[in-house]
Amino acid sequence: MTTEHTAEHWLGRSVKRKEDDRFLQGRGNYVDDINLPGMLHMSILRSPVAHARINSIDTSAAEALPGVVAVVTGDLLAQHNLAWMPTLSGDTQAVLATDKVRMQGQEVACVIAEDPYIAHDALELIEVDYDPLPVVVTPQQSLEPGAPVIRDDKEGKEDNRIYHWEAGDPEATERAFAEADRVVSLDTFYPRCHPAPMETCGCVADVDPVTGKATIYMTSQAPHVHRTVFALVAGLPEHQIQIISPDIGGGFGNKVPVYPGYVVATAASLLIGRPVKWIEDRTGNLISTGFARDFYMKGELALRNDGKMLGLRVNMLSDQGYAYADAQPSKLKAGLFHIVTGSYDIPAAHVVTDGAYTNKAPGGVAYRCSFRVTEASFFIERLVQTAAYELGMDPAELRRQNFIKPEQFPYTSATGFVYDSGNYEAAMDKALEMLGYEDLKAERERARGEGKLLGIGLATFTEVVGAGPSKDYDILGLKMFDSAELRVHPTGKAILKIGVQTQGQGHETTFAQIVANELGIPPQDILVQHGDTDNTPYGLGTYASRSTPTSGAATAVVSRKLRDKARELAAHLLEVAPEDLEWTGDRFQVRGAPDRQSTIQEIAFAAYTNHPQGMEAGLEGVTYYDPPNMTYPFGTYAVAVEVDRGTGQWKVRRMVAVDDCGVRINPMIVEGQIMGGLTEGFAMAAMELITFDELGNCIGSTFSDYLLPTSWETPKFELGETVTPSPHHPIGAKGVGESATVGSPAAFVNAVVDALAHAGVRELEMPIGPDKVWKALVEAGLAE
Amino acid sequence: MKVTVTVNGQERSAEVEPRLLLVHFLRDKLRLTGTHIGCDTTSCGACTVLLDGTPVKSCTMFAVQADGRDVTTVEGLAAGGKLDPIQEGFKQEHGLQCGFCTPGMLLASKALLEENPDPSEEDIRWALSGNLCRCTGYQNIVNAVQWTARKLQSDSATTGAS
Repeated sequence: MTTEHTAEHWLGRSVKRKEDDRFLQGRGNYVDDINLPGMLHMSILRSPVAHARINSIDTSAAEALPGVVAVVTGDLLAQHNLAWMPTLSGDTQAVLATDKVRMQGQEVACVIAEDPYIAHDALELIEVDYDPLPVVVTPQQSLEPGAPVIRDDKEGKEDNRIYHWEAGDPEATERAFAEADRVVSLDTFYPRCHPAPMETCGCVADVDPVTGKATIYMTSQAPHVHRTVFALVAGLPEHQIQIISPDIGGGFGNKVPVYPGYVVATAASLLIGRPVKWIEDRTGNLISTGFARDFYMKGELALRNDGKMLGLRVNMLSDQGYAYADAQPSKLKAGLFHIVTGSYDIPAAHVVTDGAYTNKAPGGVAYRCSFRVTEASFFIERLVQTAAYELGMDPAELRRQNFIKPEQFPYTSATGFVYDSGNYEAAMDKALEMLGYEDLKAERERARGEGKLLGIGLATFTEVVGAGPSKDYDILGLKMFDSAELRVHPTGKAILKIGVQTQGQGHETTFAQIVANELGIPPQDILVQHGDTDNTPYGLGTYASRSTPTSGAATAVVSRKLRDKARELAAHLLEVAPEDLEWTGDRFQVRGAPDRQSTIQEIAFAAYTNHPQGMEAGLEGVTYYDPPNMTYPFGTYAVAVEVDRGTGQWKVRRMVAVDDCGVRINPMIVEGQIMGGLTEGFAMAAMELITFDELGNCIGSTFSDYLLPTSWETPKFELGETVTPSPHHPIGAKGVGESATVGSPAAFVNAVVDALAHAGVRELEMPIGPDKVWKALVEAGLAE
Repeated sequence: MKVTVTVNGQERSAEVEPRLLLVHFLRDKLRLTGTHIGCDTTSCGACTVLLDGTPVKSCTMFAVQADGRDVTTVEGLAAGGKLDPIQEGFKQEHGLQCGFCTPGMLLASKALLEENPDPSEEDIRWALSGNLCRCTGYQNIVNAVQWTARKLQSDSATTGAS
């Protein structure tokens, strides 16, 4: 007789990934793997110059090349009102240039051919006559009076300012600065870098000439949003558009925007009546698609001599390229940059932000980041270290003194965020202990005595992720809820359809674990479907660490709805009142008579074969979850580096990362996200840079110039955790995919600066190559 | 031109243009889409295959250069429905996320282990330094190769003892 039954627990378990077997055997299905009958291939001709008037485009030789089916120009698109498209932040961007090109790499014409090699050949035959115009490559130049107006296509636009936006309380901040014993400042630049997922962007557009239905396989992190944008851009009825985002080879924000290639391929398929494939080459990806950062940040921290932080002032200027094209909640012009008070109880803050057009690629996407949290976190963590030097305090102790205390949560920041939960001191203490902070500090002193340079850097970051509550968060007016639809089949197996879209995060495994945790159906019995707009409920997609906070919450809630119905069904099967039943994790049993029970599988069968009269058949439901708040993951990253006085090279000796993302669904996957994020964070600190010469030529247009870290230079990481659940998320989870890229760049930079700080060095600009360190060593008299 | 290449143990022939890259031959002519393309400059290694057992970047080789030779792609690793130990290692150690760099990583790792069954961490990091990964970073990939090395050694010890 069964009296005690313990269901398996599915949260906190490192279940091996369901998606692995297909990827390991070359059976993934990425966009470039899709091959449809009669498919044509598209190549894009890009502008070689950054700013020019187009006098003429001669496509006749290209059109005459055997195998070429069509050459599309901006003029052709203009006839269909498709030469311009809206961006996800409500600006406009050219699909194909008509009047002018406004950046190097801008899309000028597209060749559609029977074969991809022929399509490339034909690009060489297109003659474009450009009339060069003055080029603007920095936002400072761009905002000077008399600078050439880049977006003169916009009626009435007389300057290059995109937005001016402020947060916080200027008067209270003024008062705080007036009361301060001292003011510490930092003027820094977070340079332009690029997410560079291993798979570039692309699509296969297939418009059926008979039904008119457009099926578009697309590298999209947000397929539902993209469908709606397509409906708005092209005037196609939305039910006739199906966006399928199959396996995606990494995104990191790069696959959130809508790109011209998607639009032209779809228009070409519509006009020609055959499927059209466009796969971007790497140079196209690096020079024309959503880059990241390019933020100039200047700020001051008001302090008492004992270390108490009183106020913060920050001015930020962002270079958005020629179009404001990143996804942006419409109320928040600088995204979530005003999280810049970080983990600290700073009573007053004032943040002033400006965005400017330049002759560079559009965007400013959040590369593994939630709407510009990375720049904010970097700034405050660098500023706090600077303040510690000026006060003569230990940077850890200055942080400890000013941390928001556990009993202060929920905590309202000076810029208006309501932090849900945190225990910053516990995470920092754990990291310091893992690193052996006190011993390292002693070693640093000894090393200096011996003429060696050792540096220790900390970042005690707080993120804001999981956009977001519909009262504040939207993309083009679409509220940032997310969804889950769950159907349990008669035999107790299930399908879960979600509004978000994985690009490697392992949703097929973790979302099945959430259902398993709520309903007791094992993860291997649950198929997770995503990335197909005809077959999943509407959602805003995967970026900004939002999947678990939003769609993950929806998954738990819809599972609970089904469990409520399962209780009614079990009551019917066991002939008792619903309230006499108790849930054990995978079955209902009768209170006081635990041998009378119905498993979830038996209940599912009854839902289709033996449901009570008056009850709807089936066991399924859908939930659209509007999060009550954002989630606020945090942690402490601690880095020790050695700097070579002879070469300026720096080497990571230890890197400790303690993350608190609330409840961990699958620790293996969480740690995998952190490892990957730390690698990218190290890359930003050490080598990733997209820059431009004064003519607007992009330096960083291939992987020979834009350096990504390999296994050889990437350091080892040691991970730790604390767990402070989110009080408002159904399973206590927070987002985690981006914590490591948000938090770690400051820790690496702080460590290298620290190695030189005793000689007065306070600032090194990312990426910190040996050249910059060498220059600082020479200037500080430390070079050997 | 006609080329004949032994791919994953099977002889495959096709008429190709002399300029056709090996990666396009594999992906487009043979429909073996497990080999991916991540860059145009031989930098990323997503297209790595084994040519007569040696890892090569198939985006920087013409198909005609592989005429008469032996190519192994990711599709050739698992046999009889069973994962190759290197595939099992990547699964056990969570050595992949989006899966795009994975085929190249698997083949570069396999070639290393054939040559050096007991590589140090430094050996592994050097051998994989021509293959870029953006999601996973490299630590779990290194762990995966180490897992596989241990597995192969314990398997061969068992076989040797029996």
